Amino acid sequence: MKNNILTDFSVDKENNTVKVKREFAAPKKHVWAAWTEPELLDQWWAPKPWKSRTKSMDFKEGGRRLYAMVGPEGEEHWCLADYKSITSEMHFAYRDGFCDSSGNISQDMPRSDWSVEFTELNGLTTVDVEITYETLSDLEKVIEMGFREGFTATLEELAEVLPAMKQ
Amino acid sequence: MEKRRDVFQAIADPTRRDILCLIADEPLNLNSIAENFDISRPAISQHIKVLDESGLVAIRKKGRQRFCYIRPQKIKEIDEWLEQFRQHWEDRFSQLDQVLTNLKDENNEK
Repeated sequence: MKNNILTDFSVDKENNTVKVKREFAAPKKHVWAAWTEPELLDQWWAPKPWKSRTKSMDFKEGGRRLYAMVGPEGEEHWCLADYKSITSEMHFAYRDGFCDSSGNISQDMPRSDWSVEFTELNGLTTVDVEITYETLSDLEKVIEMGFREGFTATLEELAEVLPAMKQ
Repeated sequence: MEKRRDVFQAIADPTRRDILCLIADEPLNLNSIAENFDISRPAISQHIKVLDESGLVAIRKKGRQRFCYIRPQKIKEIDEWLEQFRQHWEDRFSQLDQVLTNLKDENNEK
């Protein structure tokens, strides 16, 4: 098993699209399950120290997933995914947006279209993710938010560790 | 230090991004920059002021003219926030690796 599998990450500014590609040392049916079953999805979807919590999920075309990204201080960012198309164990697409805890979409936050594709070769499964925003500034806004959350979280962790180190 | 304007706010505007591209190759004075746009000169001056305050450009006087220079160090900071975004996905996927390992173990036990 390879340990140094790297994520292939690129930003296509012409098309306001972020592309993420990654290989997983697991059969396709497992990778598919991890992306489409809420109990599994919640275990990995949020980067630490954030947690993902799915309130409801109906994985079918026309169905939706309502979930919260929960921060270290208990702060909640609610998101809604509207499933547009599903081809079992091969591909699914959805429209993502920020919303309130009842799933009412926020109009002033960027929405994005996600396409997730799965291919298996020799027991390895490759996942291709494409996230398309309506405008380049929407894409930049989201990158900026992710950056700030990550950065703030890191500072908070550091603040916790530092007093312990002094002792 | 004086209060600085946010880099992200500075590049969120398409005109300001165009200005940055324009002066990336060579420093230009305000008139030369304004010639490339359909908007008024005061509006361009305002955009340049924002870029200056964000640290993305520097303005130097040459005689009676003011030239805009790009500051590569600040541009590098923008590259670094993309790196953060990539890191976000790395973290997420290493957690997914763990989920997949658990799935495999569960299957073997059955």
